[in-house]
Amino acid sequence: MVVFSVYVVNKAGGLVYQYDNYSPRSDAEKTFSFPLDLVLKVHDERVVVAFGQRDGIRVGYAVLSINGTDVNGRHMSDNRDVLEFLNNSFNYPLAIRFGRPRLTSNEKLMLASMFHSLFAIGSQLSPEPGSSGIEVLETDTFKLHCFQTLTGIKFIVLADPRQAGIDSLLRKIYEIYSDFALKNPFYSLEMPIRCELFEQNLKAALEVAEKAGTFGTGS
Amino acid sequence: MTVHNLYIFDRNGSCLHYNEWNRKKQAGMSKEQEYQLMYGMLFSIRSFVNKMSPVDSSDGFLSFNTSRYKLHYYETATGVKIVITTDLGVGSIRDILSQIYSTIYVEYVVKNPLCGLNEPIQSELFRSKLDNYIRGLAFFSARAG
Repeated sequence: MVVFSVYVVNKAGGLVYQYDNYSPRSDAEKTFSFPLDLVLKVHDERVVVAFGQRDGIRVGYAVLSINGTDVNGRHMSDNRDVLEFLNNSFNYPLAIRFGRPRLTSNEKLMLASMFHSLFAIGSQLSPEPGSSGIEVLETDTFKLHCFQTLTGIKFIVLADPRQAGIDSLLRKIYEIYSDFALKNPFYSLEMPIRCELFEQNLKAALEVAEKAGTFGTGS
Repeated sequence: MTVHNLYIFDRNGSCLHYNEWNRKKQAGMSKEQEYQLMYGMLFSIRSFVNKMSPVDSSDGFLSFNTSRYKLHYYETATGVKIVITTDLGVGSIRDILSQIYSTIYVEYVVKNPLCGLNEPIQSELFRSKLDNYIRGLAFFSARAG
């Protein structure tokens, strides 16, 4: 039903391609009076909720905007510190919009190389001989499918846990990669893929896969 | 269908209990190092899953498959982590993992005043109860060899 995103990781663990197909919105806006009934903290240059879940605002959500103006990391658009601004009772009441923080491109690079090593450890800790790395990783909100080619490139697809037909989608992406990225004379190996045809065909393949629908809880 | 091995970690990452039944390959390192590597992997997977998840998750990481085995993961709110590896035919065994926690770990470790928490479990009673429970599971029966 839903494919969330696609990652292509080269054999050194570098992210060479990433595409977000669908990301559900998770925003909550609320008007607050002083003092705030949430505990906020700065984490990774973002102001996030540390404690106090209410009205759709959850722990881990970041401050996206205050009174309708977007927040830039931990600073307001006029360069004032967000936490200082919120600690000042003269600024109240104010409307704050919270949401799940989006992954930055640096974080995506980091997560891709993190998976690269998790994949290797998964195979090293195997109780059975001849095991591959992690092929399917299941959580309550998504399922990660990974296909490693013989040359060591990993295609990773994040999808809804009930989404079927991911195996054929992964092979299809491999085919598209071989046809449109590798045969592109301007593409140098192991480097990020910037190729329009690759992207177009990938999107088409994702649409086909999503139409395949969800068949029960199997993979 | 078979169960390979089982790890129980506390919230600080020390291995409280380890047992294996049908394990054909050792990790090629000392057990201490293996526990640390396993805990490190689980810890990274937890933060990986938390960041990658497109929507808010409640349970987080549940299991992963490789081509040869499946690893099941269960974590309590107090940070006790139970990890079981089985073959690929086993479905979701969340209820079994929570049973191990509530009817074996809590009963024979937490309720035993002589068992220190946060240190490897010495209790022989706990070991035998857990061993019996695992051997009694429907999917335990080992393949020939």
